[in-house]
Amino acid sequence: MWQEARWVGRDCGPRDAHAAVGVPRYRERLGLQTQRRQVGEVGWICARPLLWCGGMLGEGLVQGLLTTARNFVGSYVSDERLVTIQYPEERRRLPEAARSFPFLVYDGDDPVAGLRCVACKICEAECPPQCIYIVKDKTKKPDHTGKLQNQPLIFDIDVSVCMSCGICAEVCPFDAIKMDVAYELSTHDRFEGLLWHKEQLSKPNSYFHKIHPTEAAEADARLAEQRARVQGRSGETLPGMRGAGEVGTVGGPGTRG
Amino acid sequence: MAETLPVQLKAALVQWVMQWLPTGAEPWVSALVSAGAILALFGLLFGVVTVLERKGLARMQNRYGPNRVGLPLSSLRLAGFGQFLADGIKALTKEDVVPRGADRVVHALAPVVMVVPAVLALSVLPMGRHLVAVDFEAGLLFFFAVGSATELAVFMAGWSSRNKYSLLGAMRGIAQMLSYEVPLVLAVVPVVMAAGSLSLVRIVEAQGAGAGGWMGWYVATPWGLAGFLLFLAAALAEANRSPFDLPEGESEIVAGYFIEYSGFKFALFFLGEYLGLFAALGLAVTLFLGGWQAPLAGLGWVPSWIWFFGKLFLLVAVAIWIRGSWPRLRVDQLLGLAWKFMVPLALVNLGVAVLWRFAPEGLLRWLVCGGVWVLAYVALARGLAGARGLGPRVYHWAE
Repeated sequence: MWQEARWVGRDCGPRDAHAAVGVPRYRERLGLQTQRRQVGEVGWICARPLLWCGGMLGEGLVQGLLTTARNFVGSYVSDERLVTIQYPEERRRLPEAARSFPFLVYDGDDPVAGLRCVACKICEAECPPQCIYIVKDKTKKPDHTGKLQNQPLIFDIDVSVCMSCGICAEVCPFDAIKMDVAYELSTHDRFEGLLWHKEQLSKPNSYFHKIHPTEAAEADARLAEQRARVQGRSGETLPGMRGAGEVGTVGGPGTRG
Repeated sequence: MAETLPVQLKAALVQWVMQWLPTGAEPWVSALVSAGAILALFGLLFGVVTVLERKGLARMQNRYGPNRVGLPLSSLRLAGFGQFLADGIKALTKEDVVPRGADRVVHALAPVVMVVPAVLALSVLPMGRHLVAVDFEAGLLFFFAVGSATELAVFMAGWSSRNKYSLLGAMRGIAQMLSYEVPLVLAVVPVVMAAGSLSLVRIVEAQGAGAGGWMGWYVATPWGLAGFLLFLAAALAEANRSPFDLPEGESEIVAGYFIEYSGFKFALFFLGEYLGLFAALGLAVTLFLGGWQAPLAGLGWVPSWIWFFGKLFLLVAVAIWIRGSWPRLRVDQLLGLAWKFMVPLALVNLGVAVLWRFAPEGLLRWLVCGGVWVLAYVALARGLAGARGLGPRVYHWAE
């Protein structure tokens, strides 16, 4: 049996010495059609003239050479083939859901007067690795609705401890702390250099709109709603009122109807 | 002017040095200048080719390849062609680790033994009309005799490292080099028969333009083309180049015979391999592609050494292309290819060359000689495949 099956395999056609015994039965059980040549049948290839029968003359080698040649030339012709991003000169566009470390949002141009944070310390309490440190200022300042609120004297985040979970941003009821996307954060000093203070952490609302447009628009809408509610209650605009819409970016109260 | 430029440069240099030396020293100075020129030129070529290879392979895989390192201490990037300088400095400053069980003397000698024969082989190649360091009457014989010393270096490295991977790699390397030396030399024999000389200078001169101004390169004959392809394959195997790079097959035996080498010794092995490749490909140019001869008589005004180096670069590009395209062979496939396929083909080629020599000129000679060769090729390939039960793959379960 082995000898005969082996003989079938001697021409260049399909060869299934092992299939001769066991495989057809198994295939029948599976309900598959068995298209196996009979033992001793002359192979289809050897019936053809020697020169025209396919394979085994090194065509595969030529195909391989052509493939690499096509890639070689193509990589000079179309830039789309080159997937490499040449990092310091080029940067990949980050997905909108990207996040690295928290930052503090401020409205308008003044990082102190416009800071949304009211030093409520909810983020400090919720932070799982406890990397946030807040000290309230004694003096108060008006928030975006004009109401007098606390403000942080010290707001520190130890980014060597921060685990980028984003819980601070989730729990903040004032939309004051959000997640940043900056990632080139290496420093020469691993203690002071990685302890970020309020001044470093404060970034304008326009920046928030740039990195997370959808989320920023939602936050602006929420704040606008709060202002509208305050306005409705008092019936007039408070003098200290400062709107996120002043930034003049997408999704401000004006556009959000 | 440009034709004799290298010769004039050398003469000027020798003359300048001879101001301070007695006249009897002139042959020595001349030889030393030639050797220095070969070392410097091919050393530089080695550096440039490593960068070209990395860039070429990268492009075949749709990457950029090295494009950062330029001239040191400047902001010039030179498209990454300073990379080899950085690599060289890195190799020089790295720690030289020698295994505790190693034979220290042999271990240290092996890289040197690898480089020296390659340089010696390069010295007999005519690189231009007047540009050959040593013109031996039997230069071809010298080339092969010296080239065999590479095997010694491989085994020295493998044995002295006292490491099983080294030894396995060395044994693979020896088996491969010994096997491929046979088709290598057999592929050259028709050239010697046609040129009637073992001198490489004479062989190149014999390939000058014919009566019609068309090139007389041996590659433009059926036996020459076949011999060239056989020679190229065997030369790649001799130089341990892909697809015959299994003496150093990383996935199987880590790095083969130079696994225990680091730092500058490793760099020397690297240099030796590339110099060996240049020598083998340079010999292919000399024997089959007309050496420094221009393809057309009308192009004779281009300096001859430009032709030689242009052809050499072309063959190096082909070697890089092959490296980027083909997978590595298995040991049994490798030896089978040499003994069962290439040696018989080379013998047939010998017969074809004789036929070509004595047949009357014309189209019929082309058809008959080419036909014999193609028939032998097809019959051998098919016969071997049939004997092994090989054929187009058939899938039993996925139809």
